[in-house]
Order: sequence, then C-alpha cells, then structure tokens
Amino acid sequence: MGMTITERILAAHAGEREVEAGQIVNVRVDIALGNDITAPIAINEFKKAGALKVFDREKIVLISDHFTPNKDIKSANQAKLLRDFTKEQNLTYYYEVGEMGIEHVLLPEKGIVLPGDLVIGADSHTCTYGALGAFSTGVGSTDFAAAMISGEAWLRVPETIKFVYTGKLNKWVSGKDLILYTIGDIGVDGALYKAMEFTGDVIENLPMAGRFTMANMAIEAGGKNGIIVPDKTTEEYVANRAKREYKFYSSDKDARYCDVREYNVSRIEPQVAFPHLPENVKGVSEIGNIPIDQVVIGSCTNGRLEDMRTAARILKGRKAAPYTRLIIIPATQWVYRQSMKEGLFDIFLDANAAISTPTCGPCLGGHMGVLAKGERAVATTNRNFVGRMGDPESEVYLANPAIAAASAVLGRIGSPEELQNPGEIDEI
Amino acid sequence: MRFKGRVWKFGSDVDTDAIIPARYLNTSDPEELAKHCMEDADLSFAESVKQGDIIFAGKNFGCGSSREHAPIAIKAAGISCVVAKSFARIFYRNSFNMALPIMECPEAVDVAEAGDEVEIDLDRGEIINHTKQKTFSCQPIPPFMQELVQSGGLMGYVTKKIISSP
Repeated sequence: MGMTITERILAAHAGEREVEAGQIVNVRVDIALGNDITAPIAINEFKKAGALKVFDREKIVLISDHFTPNKDIKSANQAKLLRDFTKEQNLTYYYEVGEMGIEHVLLPEKGIVLPGDLVIGADSHTCTYGALGAFSTGVGSTDFAAAMISGEAWLRVPETIKFVYTGKLNKWVSGKDLILYTIGDIGVDGALYKAMEFTGDVIENLPMAGRFTMANMAIEAGGKNGIIVPDKTTEEYVANRAKREYKFYSSDKDARYCDVREYNVSRIEPQVAFPHLPENVKGVSEIGNIPIDQVVIGSCTNGRLEDMRTAARILKGRKAAPYTRLIIIPATQWVYRQSMKEGLFDIFLDANAAISTPTCGPCLGGHMGVLAKGERAVATTNRNFVGRMGDPESEVYLANPAIAAASAVLGRIGSPEELQNPGEIDEI
Repeated sequence: MRFKGRVWKFGSDVDTDAIIPARYLNTSDPEELAKHCMEDADLSFAESVKQGDIIFAGKNFGCGSSREHAPIAIKAAGISCVVAKSFARIFYRNSFNMALPIMECPEAVDVAEAGDEVEIDLDRGEIINHTKQKTFSCQPIPPFMQELVQSGGLMGYVTKKIISSP
C-alpha cells in the first residue's frame, strides 16, 4: 500500500518501513522549538524532572518573539529565562533582539528547518514548515520539555486530506486567499487531527512565501500539519540555506487519502475572514462598507519580503486614511533590511505607516498595536478570535497584504481595485 | 477516578484566547492564570467557579494556540473534568500530558444545562446527569493515553522510560 508524504516522513523517523493512519508512533525529532510564552513552562518541567542536559544542543531552538522587545517586567523575566537556559545548555542557535525574527519565518530563512525534517514546536503555527516538505506540528510545553530530554515525541499518524488547486489565480489572489477559502469551505475543525496536503498546478507555481502562508494556517482548520511535496521551488529556497543534509519525500500514486477536495481557483477572489472565526470568509466584493481603525501587515503568516513588496505596490504614492493606524512589521531582521534596501520603507513612511522591529506583537494582542473597545482592524495575521488583538469588544478581519494595504488607504475594508487610478499600482 | 460537580456550559469552538487571553501570558503561574480563566467567554466564571465543577462544551474545544496555560488555567480554577463534543488536537494532547481529565461525549453535552449536578466515572467512561436523571457512556480513552495518565502525565512517562532503558 502506498503512503502519503506525511506517512513516509513519520515512518522514516519512527524507524518503520510502513506506518498507517491511526497508529501511534514514537518518532525521532530533528528540531524542537519553543518561544517566550511556551518555553518557560517547558524549562520548568525540564528542571523538575531532574534533567541536566538537552539531548542535542543543535536541535533545540528557543526564540523570544511574542512579547519582545520585552513589553513589561514579567515578559522580560520570561525572555531572560530562555536566554539563561540557552547559555546554560550552550544551545547552538540563539537570536537576540537585533538579530531575531518571528520563529516560523526565521527558522526556514536560516536553514535550521529543512525538507524531510520532523519538527515539533511549542507554538501552534509550527505547521508552517510543512511548506518545505517537512512534517511539522504544534505541541504543548510539556511535549517540548519531554523532547528536550529524550529527543523523541509520540504522535498518532494522521489521516490525510488532499487539496487540489487548479486554474488561473485572479488578480490580488495569493496563498492567503487559498487557505482562507479552504478554511471557509471545511470549517475550523474540518481537518481536525488530520494532515492537509496541498497539491495541484496552482501550488506547483506558488512561490515559497505563499506556500508558507498556506501551511501556516493548517491549524486554523484544526489540522495536525499542512504539507507540500517539495520541488524545484523548494530546492531553490533551501540550496543556499542548508548547512546539513536534507531529503525530499513525496506521496505515492496509490497513497490513501480520507478525502480529496478540488478547487478551481479562477472562481476565488481575495478573501476576508470576519470576526470571530477564520472560517467566516467572504469574497472582498461582498463586504459592503466596514470602516476600520487599524491595519496590521506582518506576522508568521504574512510578514515575508514578498508580503512587504505587495503592500508597497499598493501604498506607493498613497497615504493611510485619516485616523487609520497602519502598522507594518517585517518578520525578521533580513526582511527588514531587504525592505529598506529596496526602498519599501520610504513608501511605507510616506504612507504614514509605523514600521516595527520584528515581533508577533499585535497578532495576539501583546503589544505594538493593541485594539481599544469597539475598534476594528484588518490584519494579515491568522486568528480573529474574540479579544485576539486587544479588548474583547474589538474586531479583527483577516486578509492578504494587498487587501490590508488597500484597506488602510480606503479607511474601510476594500480591494486595490477600488483605489483611485488603480492603473498606477506599480511593479516594484 | 470519579468526579462529582456542577455543570458550566459553553458553545462550540471555544478557543484558547477565550480560555486564557494572551494579555495574561506574561506569566505561567497557575493561580494568576486561574483568575482570568474563560474571561472573554464568561466574565463571571473565574469568580463563581467552585472546586470540582465540570465544563461541558460543544465541538472543537480549545482550538487555536498551543498554550498549555489553557489547561493549566482550567485546572487551577478548580475544574475537575472537561466534557466536549470534540477537542482541538493540541488541547487534547496537552490535557493528557498534564493529567487534566477530559472526555468526548456529544450526547451528554446536548442534554446538560448550566448548574446540572453530574457525576463522572473516568475508568468506566460514564457520565451520570443527576439533574436530568440520565446516564451516558462515552468514547473509551485510547490505551496509550491511559498509559500516559497512569504514569502521571508525559513527564512521568518519559522519566520512567529513560530510567528503565539500558
């Protein structure tokens, strides 16, 4: 019987020739990571268990990205705990404020996670790395603590849903819209406990940035992992970044899928997810007049260089509407520098945008753009739960960077097509 | 294990931001987290919840973030068990790893109302709603999960394995 890419990677890391959905396996972990919110609990559990050394100092990564640069004293103490543990264990990878970035953008960028890896992370968006053809899933702090000690994790082999995207992408439609549309179709628990394998000619032609965005939001459909079979695009991305060997796995022709869903993308327009669930999606043309107070462009979902370029294309020569705060957060120092070099910062500053150092910040209502009661934001982030970005009576609408940038100019949710002189949107 | 308590009823897709908002995640102190448990879903919860109370919820309970602060807050608030139609994957995993008893039982959730007196027998997989005078049998816990629980959660399991390996 054939196996899916997810099953193949799990089998290889469990030391089995074959695995099948439903089976519980103990797997060897290539990379385990935690952040300034989840790692403090894990470090505490590690010490409580009497452990002295992590199983492999090259395979444990701690990233302080959620509340950094430290937003308050308690957050400072949490970040310090990670720093102290890193020093104590002499961990290979550590990125201080000034060289850090949002974990799920930073780790692929630095070549720390690679195709064929098995990655667990104490952060739900760890599923992002599936875009590289890795098996990657979010776990809790206790799982992370156990993996730091043993180098292993227990996993139930998930069933896989295959998603096939065909046709031609419409203008302003990106990976973000494909995944929002998919979540809208299957619901926030539509892939509960399952692997989501993204396939089809649209995915084959999608750049890495769009692939990362899609795998990133698999969790928003309840998925265990999102995954894309690696190809030439993947090879180009990792070739100069990898410092160790990696392996391309693929799905067998006779692999078993619990469901196959096909989408003709020519019917998909830019999507906006309404409060308070990512499944509440509408096409941008169906929205009507929804005034906004803030726009956030950034996060592990859409804080990559390509996202910055898209935002700049729309913002060039334009300004954020009066009383509309536009906050742009490049996800890593590299994205930050590259955006600056390409002149995108001038465009952003001319548009009255505030440009922030990399941080998860406002995505989870941490800092750098928390909403007041009754306020509304359009964000390129991944969740729009009650109180996600601030006051429980605030609202978050999820969209791609083009829609977010256009909305900032319009002062309401809208498309670049609604801007005056849309022909003047330049290629940058 | 047996629990007896009063029902708190919630709907579907209760996310981890509702269970414990990120604005309180600058600490992992259980007592501190318990003060804000379920704050954005029901402001009265943290003040009125009593030791031993039981949460009943719809599908996909605990969706969203991987934060273990969510089951920690629920446990520290005094909740003895969570019964839901289904659980989000990471929340499900976290609960077993830190030994917060949870059960999937859609029928029992449909019938339960806030304030009902219920009794739960974890080993037999049984929920008795005394107020409604109904008994439900639930999905048995998978054998591997039972082993985790018997080891006192994942850390106990891992420590035991390392000690017993040659």
